[in-house]
Amino acid sequence: MANILELSGIFKSYGMGDLALPVLKDVSFTAEKGEYIAIMGPSGSGKSTLMNIIGCLDRADSGTYLLDGEDVSKLDENRLAEIRLKKIGFVFQTFQLLSGETALENVALPLVYAGVPRAEREKIAMQALEDMGLGDRAGHLPNQLSGGQKQRVAIARAMVNHPEVLLADEPTGALDQASGEQVMKLFGELNDRGVTVVMITHDRKVAGHAKRILDITDGIVTEGGEIQ
Amino acid sequence: MGENIRLSFRGILSHKLRSFLTMLGIIIGIASIIAIVSTIQGTNEQIKKNLIGSGVNTVDVQVSQGDWEYEFYDGNPQGVPQVSQDTLEQLKAIPHAESVSLYYKNQDYDGITHLTDSLSGGYLYGIREDYFSTAGLVISQGKGISSNDIKKFRKVCVLDAGAEESLFPSGGALGSTIEIHGEPYQVVGIVRDKISFEPTINSIDDYYMYRQDSAGRVYIPMTTWPLIYRYDQPENVLIRADSTEAMTEIGTTASGILNANVTSEDISYQAKDIFQQAKEIQELTQSTNTMLIWIAAISLLVGGIGVMNIMLVSVTERTAEIGLKKAIGAPKRTIMNQFLTEAVVLTATGGVLGVATGLALAELISRLTGAPVAINWGAVLLAVGFSMVIGIVFGILPSKKAADLDPIEALRRE
Repeated sequence: MANILELSGIFKSYGMGDLALPVLKDVSFTAEKGEYIAIMGPSGSGKSTLMNIIGCLDRADSGTYLLDGEDVSKLDENRLAEIRLKKIGFVFQTFQLLSGETALENVALPLVYAGVPRAEREKIAMQALEDMGLGDRAGHLPNQLSGGQKQRVAIARAMVNHPEVLLADEPTGALDQASGEQVMKLFGELNDRGVTVVMITHDRKVAGHAKRILDITDGIVTEGGEIQ
Repeated sequence: MGENIRLSFRGILSHKLRSFLTMLGIIIGIASIIAIVSTIQGTNEQIKKNLIGSGVNTVDVQVSQGDWEYEFYDGNPQGVPQVSQDTLEQLKAIPHAESVSLYYKNQDYDGITHLTDSLSGGYLYGIREDYFSTAGLVISQGKGISSNDIKKFRKVCVLDAGAEESLFPSGGALGSTIEIHGEPYQVVGIVRDKISFEPTINSIDDYYMYRQDSAGRVYIPMTTWPLIYRYDQPENVLIRADSTEAMTEIGTTASGILNANVTSEDISYQAKDIFQQAKEIQELTQSTNTMLIWIAAISLLVGGIGVMNIMLVSVTERTAEIGLKKAIGAPKRTIMNQFLTEAVVLTATGGVLGVATGLALAELISRLTGAPVAINWGAVLLAVGFSMVIGIVFGILPSKKAADLDPIEALRRE
């Protein structure tokens, strides 16, 4: 199968000159289409930085990163935005829903940037919400939803443009046990449909849902082995 | 774009008080400009209407002392000769002058009587046969002063409505005889203005500009003037212009021609036309108003800075939202547009509210002072357009700040 992610020799440090703090040190790994990967590490290990680079929110200092065969390490800001829009879906620990907008409007937001006309936008977003079992919550504002519902709205938003990769940063970190399980179940279903899932977590139990674990410690990534 | 506008209105409504206070500077600025412009426009239109209403483009060139008409009861002025035939020809040759008529005019307090009625403070005019047509007066009863009346020194007179009413309160003027300084004159006609015209008087300035000599006017043949007054009184000149615009120019030229023969230090011919007076009043109010408009413009500037300030606060407050939008793929341009739209919607709403307030204010001024008000829709559009420009100008900095936010930094903040 073709590689969807191909990172080789990625270095990243923060700060300047003598004070530069290396965060990623020669990170290389590949992921095939349809993989379900958990990146595990303690805080300060560089996992968020790695996630930002994979998500095209940040650029490496050196090394190459091919996303779906395209070298994205040298692209400008606007091209990166376009890639984030079309190829990557983000799920955050704190949901990051717009509080003034309804669930439907939140889900439809990426479609606005993709230039989809309003009527069609609403139809697609509604379908995405229904897929998450939230069809009856379309008109609710985020503060009228439970934590689990909010995260499912966020997943609907992440998936609405049919991205290749679903990137999740501690997706269950702010959820109770039951909601967390529900989110993990959804991730599994999405992965079964062929979506590549990359999840960052420090929780070994959550990581256990993935099919492959990468450990990251002090900016160095090591294979944590296949699961089952 | 439609999406941005919708979001902007939602933003404004979700912070009603803040949005209103932000817009206040714009509202006040636009409202003052609209109120001032409406008042200027109203005054100008009134002046124009009054001018058109008077209908006759006549320029009066009168023997004057300082700014005032010379009072001939002080005696004939030294150094002011009568108008010669040569000078009259020169006057008639002035471009745009349709007709020129020489006349005498004295104010009279107790010399014009009929039985026990007298014309106090009225005017006596010594005229030629062409005076009425030049002045735009028409005979409403009887006849005018003919060239024969003038040639034959006939003691006939024509009254205007004011004089008729003063001297003949119970009617029957035509054919009766009045006494002018002891000389009997037979009333042969009544004149009125060609266009019946009621100027709108709002202020004392308007009153002096448009007042008619309401005490009454009595016209007699010019040749009989010396029977009543002194010989060799210098004539006034009435010139009819072919257009309103030409009046001022004709007045200047005519007084120049006439003054070339005047040797007096303090007495000279001065042109008086309603157009010029109107222009002077207009210029006076305009310069005051220009100053007011500048002050209003400063308030718009301050309002614009207020908008910029609040937009910067708003960008900081919404850092997480901006970060998220950028993360899920919103290009820089889109974020920039969103905040620019918000600034423009804010100031344009302020502009619309300002226009409404301004119009209400103008109406209030009109009610309180009686000053006329006219809505200038061009100015209204301009004001709203200008408020949008303010939104763009003062929205650029905050919008750029928003667009340049680093999504990682932005997402990290909660």
